[in-house]
Amino acid sequence: MDAEPEPYLLLERIFREEAGRLTASLVRLLGDFDLAEEVVADAVVEALEHWPRDGVPERASSWLLTTARRKALDRYRRESVYRKKLELVAGLGDRAPREPDDRLRLIFTCCHPALARDAQVALTLRAVAGLTTEEIARAFLVPETTLGKRIVRAKRKIVTSKVPYRVPGPDELPSRLDEVLTVIYLIFNEGYVSTSGSMAIRRDLARDAEWLAGLLVGMLPAEPEPLGLLALIRLHLARWPARLDAGGRLVLLEHQDRSRWDRRAIAGAVSLIERAAGLHRIGRYQIEAMIAALHCEAPSWEETDWAQISLLYRVLAEIDDSPIVALNRAIVRRYLDGPAAALADVEKLSEPLHGYHLFHATRAALLRDLGDHTAAAKEDAVALALTKNAGERVLLEDRLSRKLLSETES
Amino acid sequence: MKYMLLITQGEWYANGSAEERDRAMADVVDWWGKQFASGKMVGGQQLESPDTATTVVIERGKHTVVDRPLMEAKEAIGGFGILDVANLDEALAIVKTMPQPDGKVEVRPILDRGR
Repeated sequence: MDAEPEPYLLLERIFREEAGRLTASLVRLLGDFDLAEEVVADAVVEALEHWPRDGVPERASSWLLTTARRKALDRYRRESVYRKKLELVAGLGDRAPREPDDRLRLIFTCCHPALARDAQVALTLRAVAGLTTEEIARAFLVPETTLGKRIVRAKRKIVTSKVPYRVPGPDELPSRLDEVLTVIYLIFNEGYVSTSGSMAIRRDLARDAEWLAGLLVGMLPAEPEPLGLLALIRLHLARWPARLDAGGRLVLLEHQDRSRWDRRAIAGAVSLIERAAGLHRIGRYQIEAMIAALHCEAPSWEETDWAQISLLYRVLAEIDDSPIVALNRAIVRRYLDGPAAALADVEKLSEPLHGYHLFHATRAALLRDLGDHTAAAKEDAVALALTKNAGERVLLEDRLSRKLLSETES
Repeated sequence: MKYMLLITQGEWYANGSAEERDRAMADVVDWWGKQFASGKMVGGQQLESPDTATTVVIERGKHTVVDRPLMEAKEAIGGFGILDVANLDEALAIVKTMPQPDGKVEVRPILDRGR
């Protein structure tokens, strides 16, 4: 495997691109998720046998379609249930149907608000990003049968309750797009700060989310929020190499070796933010990306532009008055007005955030800044008991013994 | 595609002031009138209050009559409607224009035996 990572990656990219397009088109043409996916999956298996040996065909999409059609004919010839679908499959030409917004329909259908969040996530990864059920189950530490059932149930609901296969109209687009962005960001977070899974799987998941966000940017170029989300994801990924120390332990932003951040990726993300800003519709992902960019562009933790970050959190709070945003504002206040002022703000959130591990970890850090080590250790212990993530656990365990400063932005 | 709308009675109907309830009810009646006129609402009724309900429980073929509604008071059904529209999005868009101040509406596809 080590000798040939490059061609393998290239193949994977082509598969994802072409198979994704083909699945999306077939779902539209056949009106059947399962059939579309199975047919394409069969063709991909055959491509995996031939392409590495014979090279990628010039018209990869047509090759896949032809193969998919042949496979479908073989597979369903004997099954009368599929007779009607068979006619449709047989009637497809050799040229792959290329409608640029088919995958957009697919994403919006997978993220339809009538589907539960975990079903949206599973279906998006399965149908749009082309992950296998096994891969998704492994990433989310769910038994494969459970995840399989979740996907089957979601597909059945799409068919029986007739969730339309379409891109929502302009009046619905903002709320429906928000739903899609939430699903993608959730996938990213599961990879980046997740509560489960090994590092390698999580990194893949984070990359899958980046790919999905990029896809959305390409298909909705006039929408600023996908640009914001893509920038946010890339800014986080740019810091990935510095997030872990040699022992695989999580390193807080404050203590990260900034020379290990990917400067080119940061510059690229900043230009995405600028492109989004040019569309003159501010949104939460753009603001979060701007905050992340200010962190990334600061030469050191001490030279971070806290005043600007605080201002951005104030704007964010107007869009999203959640206690999590308020907690982040309070943390920033630590660097503008000192730990006592920040702690006072944090205490106000004790009712909504009690039991949220980062609330207790923040409280611990501020108490420690104020010299109250006993109370700080008690809060750290609460935070530790609450976090499921191995990396964060190690960090908190570490802090319990070594007494470090903290910031929740890791 | 036909969808059954199962509509809970809502707090406003049980607990609001008479004046508030009358005002909301006028909006509700007006809304239903418009839906029937559009041809998309092909059925629907308001039900008497849940405390008038009788439930028949069937266990192993044996029927027992109970003096209570099916659902807990909080989710007691207050009425139903039947929409005939193109797809779930259209059904949801219509339900989202309902004027009652609170409550829940279950949107459930009606099984089509002819399909």
